[in-house]
Amino acid sequence: MSALIELDGVRKTYRSGSVEFEALRGIDMTVQTGEYVAVIGPSGSGKSTLMNVLGCLDLPTEGRYVLAGDDTSLLDEAALATIRNRRIGFVFQQFNLLASMPAWRNVELPLVYAGIPRAERRERAEAALSRVGLADRLANRPGELSGGQQQRVAVARALVTEPDLLLADEPTGNLDSASTRDVLALFDELHEAGRTIVLITHEPDVASRAGRNLVIDDGLITSDRPRSTLRGVGVR
Amino acid sequence: MSWWETVRSGLAAIRAHRLRSALTVLGIVIGISSVILTVGLGQGAQQEVEEQIDALGSNLLIVSPGSSTNSSGMRGGFGSASTLTFADATAIADSDVVPDAAAVAPATTSSVSLVNGDTNWTTSLVGTSTAWSRVRSRDLSAGRFFTSAEAERGAAVVVLGPDTASELFGRQSPVGQQLTVNGARLTVVGVLSSSGSSASGASEDDMAVVPVATSSRLTGSTSDTVSTIYVEAVSEDVLAAAYQEVQALLANRHGVTTAEADFSIATQASLVETANETNRTFTVLLGGVAGISLLVGGIGVMNIMLVSVTERVREIGLRKALGAAPRVIRRQFLVEASLLGLTGGVVGVLLGVVGAQVLPHFIDQAVAISAVATIAALATALALGVGFGVYPASRAARLTPIDALRSE
Ligand SMILES: Nc1ncnc2c1ncn2[C@@H]1O[C@H](COP(=O)(O)OP(=O)(O)OP(=O)(O)O)[C@@H](O)[C@H]1O
Ligand SMILES: [Mg+2]
Repeated sequence: MSALIELDGVRKTYRSGSVEFEALRGIDMTVQTGEYVAVIGPSGSGKSTLMNVLGCLDLPTEGRYVLAGDDTSLLDEAALATIRNRRIGFVFQQFNLLASMPAWRNVELPLVYAGIPRAERRERAEAALSRVGLADRLANRPGELSGGQQQRVAVARALVTEPDLLLADEPTGNLDSASTRDVLALFDELHEAGRTIVLITHEPDVASRAGRNLVIDDGLITSDRPRSTLRGVGVR
Repeated sequence: MSWWETVRSGLAAIRAHRLRSALTVLGIVIGISSVILTVGLGQGAQQEVEEQIDALGSNLLIVSPGSSTNSSGMRGGFGSASTLTFADATAIADSDVVPDAAAVAPATTSSVSLVNGDTNWTTSLVGTSTAWSRVRSRDLSAGRFFTSAEAERGAAVVVLGPDTASELFGRQSPVGQQLTVNGARLTVVGVLSSSGSSASGASEDDMAVVPVATSSRLTGSTSDTVSTIYVEAVSEDVLAAAYQEVQALLANRHGVTTAEADFSIATQASLVETANETNRTFTVLLGGVAGISLLVGGIGVMNIMLVSVTERVREIGLRKALGAAPRVIRRQFLVEASLLGLTGGVVGVLLGVVGAQVLPHFIDQAVAISAVATIAALATALALGVGFGVYPASRAARLTPIDALRSE
């Protein structure tokens, strides 16, 4: 087992005007390939900030972030875009689907930027949508889908590139309990299939599904404990 | 992402905002079509004037009263119409001083109403000598020109321009028919051939030519002045010599130096030059206005692109999160802007071409579409799209993915 994520003294300071706010105050963490990690913490503790750094959507102010052996601080925006495209799948709280496109077009979008030919894209998008149980909703636009279905489209989009890492920020935050169960079951499946997952939540119920819980408070990791050792991961 | 892919997604984005895109394109369309039309109008006018001047013949001198040397007001004090007389014309024709003149035709012009039964037509009455048809190289399509005998006794005869003839007599043959001018009867003896130049050349085809004496009688004029003296040089080679001879003779007769002449002599070449100068000014002016409207159209595109970028910041953030490099985003917006520009350009050119066909039916002016202007307009439209797309596109490309995603 190898380390997929290595954070070393990561700090993130937000500046708005003359006001500075340090949202991450020195995070050290390692996530092994195949782990299912839940990051939990109160509102404003820096969970989303951490997820943005992990997803290369934002750069740390200080410290080192190595993803699958690449030191991200050495990469330019174009290289980071490639990393996001090849290695990371995102699931956002607000789904972030493009309303003007049918489900399958939303799902194929990362493949467009990966330069995959059209026919293959469509095939893979359909496969990913089948995988999340939406084989019969390919042509529907997001507006024609329920919240749970939209989030499953987003999961399909995150999966379609077969990324090393699945990053989910409050993926069930906008869902009812039934849809939450669907999506979490999907994550369990993906984890079983060997995917590395980092899931951010403030709900202990959701966190309990993961193999390992990282508690973050006020920009620092305050606790790092295995929730379950059944799957043989999480203990360091 | 391939170029083709980018074009497809650009088209999709344009289709997604149909009305907004249409309004943007409209700005470019108006700009481009007005550029094409104004340039076309300018060139059409120029071609016409050149044709008209060509039709005058290249060995013709046109002597007009009044100075052409731009010190206007001063010598105008004599009254610009009073400076050329029949005596001047006779002097040019008779004098040994002007050996290079082959023929001379003085002409007076006045506006009269010709009446044939119920039909009434106002045109210019040209009073001249028999040499006129030769000097002006005007052939007759029917009948004959008046003879010198008729000219001498001021016979009641008239030669009509082709347009005048058809206005007064329709399809009937006018030769031998009678018409009335200020109560006096005139017999039509001939009809001129068309001068060959179109549109504003109409005035060359709409006139009534009578002997000078007849004209004076009809208009009650007792004055000895003429409005033009046409002089035909023996050949084109001696045109310059004839010019100087006429100039020297008239200056001498009028008691002025050639520098302060109270008359002006134009040649075909000088007329072409003047006409072109006027047309150039006209074209540059109108073209400038059209160019400004094109610029405004371009700014419209830029504005829409900015709005579009702002409106789609979240989408841009998402696309970046999913792996779109800045270059790809920039290209996407550039392609979108270029497509808008090109669409506007193509529609604008079509509209300009259609306008060039339709416009001459409403205004008496031909419109010449030049390939150069059309291609330049298309290139401009594309350049406008690209040029004005660069700023919003690079702004979109510079956004960090998270800032873009978080924006509302
Ligand atoms: N762009 C920003 N500029 C300034 N401060 C920011 C910015 N983004 C986040 N913060 C601050 O950083 C802190 C951490 O924010 P973050 O979004 O990471 O919290 P969170 O743990 O995800 O909270 P929640 O559970 O409510 O989503 C907060 O105090 C927030 O106000
Ligand atoms: Mg958050």
